[in-house]
Amino acid sequence: MSKEFKVLYYVNQFFGQVGGEDKAGMKPEFHKDKIGPALGFENQLKGEGKVAGTIICGDNYFNENKEESLSYILNLVKQEAPDVFVAGPAFNAGRYGVACAEICRAIAEELNIPVVTGMYKENPGLEICQHVAYVVSTSDSAGGMRKALPLMAAITSKIAQGIELGSPEEEGYIPRGMRKTIIVDKRGSLRAVEMLVKRLKGEEFATEMPMPVFDMVTPAPAIQDLSKATIALCTSGGIVPAGNPDHIQSASAQKWGKYDISQRSALNAPDYYTTHGGYDPVYANEIPDRVAPLDILKELEKEGYIGKVYEFFYTTTGTGTSVSNSVKFGTEIGAELKAAGVDGVILTST
Amino acid sequence: MVKEIERYNIPIVHMATITTISESVGANRIVPTVAIPHPVGNPALKPEDEKLMRKAMVKRAVDALATEISEATHFD
Repeated sequence: MSKEFKVLYYVNQFFGQVGGEDKAGMKPEFHKDKIGPALGFENQLKGEGKVAGTIICGDNYFNENKEESLSYILNLVKQEAPDVFVAGPAFNAGRYGVACAEICRAIAEELNIPVVTGMYKENPGLEICQHVAYVVSTSDSAGGMRKALPLMAAITSKIAQGIELGSPEEEGYIPRGMRKTIIVDKRGSLRAVEMLVKRLKGEEFATEMPMPVFDMVTPAPAIQDLSKATIALCTSGGIVPAGNPDHIQSASAQKWGKYDISQRSALNAPDYYTTHGGYDPVYANEIPDRVAPLDILKELEKEGYIGKVYEFFYTTTGTGTSVSNSVKFGTEIGAELKAAGVDGVILTST
Repeated sequence: MVKEIERYNIPIVHMATITTISESVGANRIVPTVAIPHPVGNPALKPEDEKLMRKAMVKRAVDALATEISEATHFD
């Protein structure tokens, strides 16, 4: 490549050498210069590219005036049109990490410019930009600068010059949760057997398909007296009132709904049906109670086996719905149930 | 959703057919159900039998809420 590629750089007030916490309220500024880590970063580009300028913004200012800061920065990046945008590294600094992440995400999504940053794996910014940015895995403090910059620079160089990146392990970035098709010498069955043999022998092996790690919640204490308990009904099976008044998506749900069922004895057709697009709806549409068994809960209430069925039932569509949305739905629904004094919940899934 | 609701210290029971998913998403009280498109129904049964079956299943779920557990537990 004959022409040097162009990088624009983002740092906070501290790395921008403006000041510490007392300067965290500074507005974003643009300098046609290499400041702080941008300087060391450019050295690592080995003459293949240059840093055309550094944007500096206070951590508090960015997080308290996100829309305004982002629009200023996006405009600037649009004008300067860099080949790659680089931010941080933010290590484990929360506000700085979130700023780097929000900026990277906006630039990648709105301007379609590749973005590179660096963070410690527990930085809250990681989740925000992981899917669109190359985030180099760094230590939790600025002591890791010397290690982070060469990795960030190497990734930047490759992207700018159209060279294919290696795996996250080879390049040092945090996996983006994508799967790539690659050609390998050994077919799948052979690799699987080899992996199994290694496992049986107690040798080290590397999975080709790491499973997501879920955190666990301690079981809540049991209900002491069911006959006095209020039980709420929830479902991810997409049961909604006919006409789906809140337009809950049939897949990849963006929202949940709640409906007053205090006067109902069942969720029967044709008043209710399923909007879920991930299973054959015939049986649920015949008798929606087959998915969300309000009929039985109301019977148990009448018999005095349980105290009461909570007056609203909660519903969404589970198919293709992201973990982050599911977490959000659960957090929001749980807050309502807690505030309403609900004692226990039945959640059905299809 | 199950896990986030339980984080509020409200006991919750997950009624689902693919119980491996229930476990991997962190459900603690799990009642295995009939089939994906009709977890608490069975169109192959006579209507009155189907309802009896559903009642037994939902009762099991309610009872699970009244059962102390220390780890993920199937109620089947």
